[in-house]
Amino acid sequence: MSPTEAALDRVTRIPGVRGVLLVTGSDGLVVAEQLMDGVDGRAAAALTASLVGRLSRAAESAGLRPPAFVHVRGDTGSVLAAPAAVDLVLVAVVGPDANVGLARLEMIEAASRLD
Amino acid sequence: MSDDIRSLTDRLAAEPSSLAFLELGEALRRRGQLEAAYKVARGGAGRYPGLADAHDLMARILSDQADLAGAFDSWSSALQLDPMRVSALKGIAFLYFRAGDAVAALDHLQRAAEVDPDDPSIVQAIERVRREVITAGPPPEAEASAPSPVPASPTVTSTPPTRSETAFDGVDGGEQGQLLVDSNGLRLGGTLARVDGFDASDRVAAELAGASREAARATRLLGLGGWHSIALECPDGHMVLSSPTADTVLLTVRDHSLPMARVGLLAERAARAARSWLERVG
Repeated sequence: MSPTEAALDRVTRIPGVRGVLLVTGSDGLVVAEQLMDGVDGRAAAALTASLVGRLSRAAESAGLRPPAFVHVRGDTGSVLAAPAAVDLVLVAVVGPDANVGLARLEMIEAASRLD
Repeated sequence: MSDDIRSLTDRLAAEPSSLAFLELGEALRRRGQLEAAYKVARGGAGRYPGLADAHDLMARILSDQADLAGAFDSWSSALQLDPMRVSALKGIAFLYFRAGDAVAALDHLQRAAEVDPDDPSIVQAIERVRREVITAGPPPEAEASAPSPVPASPTVTSTPPTRSETAFDGVDGGEQGQLLVDSNGLRLGGTLARVDGFDASDRVAAELAGASREAARATRLLGLGGWHSIALECPDGHMVLSSPTADTVLLTVRDHSLPMARVGLLAERAARAARSWLERVG
């Protein structure tokens, strides 16, 4: 199993996680994915990459360093993102009952291994 | 001039960038030399805008000078830099009480008690405020009589803070570290100063234009419904983006020492305040 597959696999095992993707930050292309049926991987990749990029620029303008973790909370679940190596973002789509705290730890750890 | 003030003055003159201004300002304040204390504190706060102690000192002096609005702003700045700062929580509680808002005073005292449960002056002040809320009697003198980090304010009058209403009245830190932005990326309220003192408000507001639409598209296309909040953990700060109304976004920024979940709670409170303010001014 490659480091990328291992990283995705660790996050996917967390209860409540519907899918995990590794995307490029600049253009939102999917590098690798493990998704449940019904999750549109390309949409998740493109939109999350764009949003994370915008928010990172806002953080930079505020004098902060780029985020290590981003949590977008929706009505029925969340999108989690952990920027990894240059121009890579680890993204997870999780349900409302997912343990976001555990997912956060695993994603930050997994993202650091991708560096 | 007493020996300690002379000694501190000499130290500060020899090394203007030192933190001796904190001791000197406090010594002058205690001696009632408020104008001199204010000049020393203002110089120090200007040199160290990111130092909560400097704002705390300014607040104590301004409170003694009966400039309650100025004291409120300075304690708010101290809290923005150090949200767990007990002296600032107590000071703001004192000001709220003097302004007749016992509920807000109690809220700040209870948070101070959470940070320092062993401080008997906080417990006493909470009891007094609760009693006053029940009996609607005269205000307690907790700040003036208790042996607390916030020294007595004997010259304070009963005049409530007179600053103009803002979108974040009653929210920890006030306007500092909050940014209310319209759908075009224009700032409606709040300020965001970087650590180096640079006012980044308008620049950050511009970056946030369209963020709400993008977040809404992302969550909708992923089958997650609408979006509620976006939390960003940066190595040196925590940011939470929320949407008080359909046409606005609110960015709350705090130091990374404040746990993200608490920044989220603060953001919720700020969003409620902003929503209420928008309804009043809109």
